[in-house]
Amino acid sequence: MSNEKSVMERIAEANKPVTAGVDEKDIKHWVTIRIMGKAYRVPSDLTILTAMEFAGYRFVRGVGCRQGFCGACGTVYRKEGEYKLKTGLACQTRVEDGMYLVQIPFSPAQKAIYDIKKERYNVSTILKYYPEVAKCVSCNTCTKACPQDIEVMDYVQAALRGNYEKVAETSFDCIRCGLCAMRCPAEIVQYDIGQLGRRMYGRYGMDKPDHLKIRLKELEEKKFDPELDKLEKATKEELVKFYAAREREKD
Amino acid sequence: MAEKYIDGYPEYMHKLIQKVHQTRAKRKDFVPKALTPEGREDVLQFHPDYAKGGKRNLMVGLNKGDIVPDEIANLLEAYPLIEKGDIDLSKADYSPEILIIGGGLAGTSAAIWANEMGVKAENILLTNKLRHGDANSIMAEGGTQAADREPDSPAKHFIDTIGGGHFTNKPDVVRALVTDAPIIMDWLCELGAMLDREENGEFTEKWGGGTSVRRMHSCKDYTGLEELRVLKDEFTNRLIPSIEHFPVIELLTDGNKVTGAVLWNLETGEYKIVKSKAVIMATGGFGRLHIRGFPTTNHYGATYDGVVLAYRAGAKLIDADTVQYHPTGAAYPVQIIGFLLTEKLRATGAQPVNKDGEAFVFPLEPRDVEASAIIKECYVRENGVITPTGLRGVWLDTPLIDLKNGEGFIDKSFPGIKRMYERFGIDIRKNPVLIFPTLHYQNGGIEIDPWSHTSLEGLYAAGEVAGGIHGKNRLMGNSTLGTMVFGRRAGIDAAKFVQTQKSWGKLTLDHLDVYVQMLKAANIKPERRAPIILPEYRGKAALARMIDVF
Ligand SMILES: Cc1cc2nc3c(=O)[nH]c(=O)nc-3n(C[C@H](O)[C@H](O)[C@H](O)COP(=O)(O)OP(=O)(O)OC[C@H]3O[C@@H](n4cnc5c(N)ncnc54)[C@H](O)[C@@H]3O)c2cc1C
Ligand code: SF4
Ligand code: SF4
Ligand code: FES
Repeated sequence: MSNEKSVMERIAEANKPVTAGVDEKDIKHWVTIRIMGKAYRVPSDLTILTAMEFAGYRFVRGVGCRQGFCGACGTVYRKEGEYKLKTGLACQTRVEDGMYLVQIPFSPAQKAIYDIKKERYNVSTILKYYPEVAKCVSCNTCTKACPQDIEVMDYVQAALRGNYEKVAETSFDCIRCGLCAMRCPAEIVQYDIGQLGRRMYGRYGMDKPDHLKIRLKELEEKKFDPELDKLEKATKEELVKFYAAREREKD
Repeated sequence: MAEKYIDGYPEYMHKLIQKVHQTRAKRKDFVPKALTPEGREDVLQFHPDYAKGGKRNLMVGLNKGDIVPDEIANLLEAYPLIEKGDIDLSKADYSPEILIIGGGLAGTSAAIWANEMGVKAENILLTNKLRHGDANSIMAEGGTQAADREPDSPAKHFIDTIGGGHFTNKPDVVRALVTDAPIIMDWLCELGAMLDREENGEFTEKWGGGTSVRRMHSCKDYTGLEELRVLKDEFTNRLIPSIEHFPVIELLTDGNKVTGAVLWNLETGEYKIVKSKAVIMATGGFGRLHIRGFPTTNHYGATYDGVVLAYRAGAKLIDADTVQYHPTGAAYPVQIIGFLLTEKLRATGAQPVNKDGEAFVFPLEPRDVEASAIIKECYVRENGVITPTGLRGVWLDTPLIDLKNGEGFIDKSFPGIKRMYERFGIDIRKNPVLIFPTLHYQNGGIEIDPWSHTSLEGLYAAGEVAGGIHGKNRLMGNSTLGTMVFGRRAGIDAAKFVQTQKSWGKLTLDHLDVYVQMLKAANIKPERRAPIILPEYRGKAALARMIDVF
């Protein structure tokens, strides 16, 4: 029994760098990065996000999930001696020595307003709301900028052809970080086009399963009410019994 | 300067991985048996909820006497950020009929349904701490439960849920959860969410821990991302006002009823006053409190604000004592510690394996049991792998997934997780990954009834901030479902409620007087303030030399 508490303490201790920030004395390897030009020495195994925090920045923008899902932390950087401008997510990119970086936490884009229930499932809908899609010069800059490795140009081209299925499947992993749009010479807002494409495909291209329609009808007819009335009023002992008697569906 | 890395791992870890490779063929058809009830009982002593220490009795408020984790007590027994004289309440900056706090799945659903029920868009206001969508909702990987086909039924869903919650859930609330589930699936289809389908057009429905039927609906391993971005797009199309980077720091009441809130501009520090006829609290969970020092799967803003504010205003809490730790958080590399590796990995064949290559636990125990077994393996049986930063963990043998389901299965089913590891040079199809339990979910919260009412007039709660739905333990896939079920119900009910309210109520902070009196009477010193809004991760050295000038 006596070592229980120490297990919890040891776990807490081991996790301190993550839960309370890195301690200087534990750092083995350092790199120097330039945050908007200003140099900071930071531990080499941090991400851009945690390295900036280590340097003293407290984020109120440019961060959300911290795990690569929300797209709030788009970052542009260049490595010393290289001419190429790179893009990445601050929460998913490890710092490197000589990195120059700036976050782009917001992209000024205007989403089209539509009523998905009233749109027509053909190419005219995309062209009506996002006519600029026709201006794509096929430079592929968007694809190179995408931290989710999406073939962005391909879905823009598919949108131009009205191929909703391809737009939806290709753009599916989009986290709306905005980096593609910031780099596009044709000022296309790819992620909004992808969003419209996915919703159109999800609504008109994927049929509602029959089993769902049947279940909704059963609910309307209150088919399950007697059983649920019984369960809602059951005692704990009865519920324990029902739980133990569950039959597992076959794999 | 740097150590040698092979396939993303330091040399010594890479060597240990060979043992996992060597035993894989044997383990493929030999899975450890599920624990007996006694075995479960025994291993649970290593669960952070049951291990000694870390908890205390609440000293103030409606739930006085309840046992809660220290980190929660610290916030509930903290002083407010503002005092009465600080704030000018004579004029409201916004006067919606309904104020919604927090734009995850719960808050966004509530807004859409209030609008659907006839509340004009301009009479609704959604306020967000960060951007609309920077939320736990966007990270849900595994799926959403709904009993929408044979042989499943709402009754089976009910029993699974209430058994998983150790029979502590509120039965009437569970009934609402399970009967509305198919309605939510239908709604998502109508809005154009891309739920996974089988070849024959039926929904893909998978196993989840603790269910007796396959009922987990998914959108690849980006379920929450797909659900929330669709709802947010719909929300925007309806032109419902939303303000971002504007957390709520206090509720306003007329002494009893909730009548509005104080918002705070995260960037400029300016406050704004909102008066509203109903308030829907949808602020999500508490992972960033790092209870018992655990890392977390939660987003940056998951700091328990909603519960703190509602409790101060006089709302009752339920099941605030239990915390869900997810058994499989990443333990290596350091950049992703605590990040979630969905239960679906184990549901499709991945096994936890110790440093000697042995499978030591049935992979699909309930979350609390699985997590405890991993803690025990690492810290009591000393069979864990120690990382370069001193963390312990066990392997999750991901290559088994393709071995069992055929090559290409990981590519198709887990693109998100595969990508996360690829960024650090690790191929989860070829090598296992190191895992350790991580703080995942707030089981309890503000007590609600089946229509999302709290015990306070004018205040609704929905989503992770609400309690009663999951009892002491939530099943996978019931949370995203609950956000939309009770978000929708809050929106519908609030729409009716505000029609009965001819005018807005008085705006006061009188409830704070009462609360502060209680804190003083309990001899609690004004050392802590809450809500904390965001966690503190700045480097110690930098902090030590900071000067407040402006
Ligand atoms: C990594 C991960 C994976 C998960 N996987 C699954 C799964 O597979 N299936 C499942 O069912 N569940 C899953 N869950 C749980 C589920 O995603 C969440 O419990 C649920 O989505 C919470 O939704 P919500 O709307 O209540 O809160 P959130 O989505 O967290 O939204 C709350 C919002 O309120 C904002 N907010 C907080 N405080 C304030 C304030 N003071 N003022 C204004 N705004 C504020 C937050 O910033 C946030 O935007 C997972 C959770 C995580 C973290
Ligand atoms: S498509 Fe554009 S917005 Fe989407 S993830 Fe890629 S770069 Fe970001
Ligand atoms: S960056 Fe713009 S112009 Fe270039 S391929 Fe992408 S969408 Fe087309
Ligand atoms: S903070 Fe969400 S993607 Fe980086």
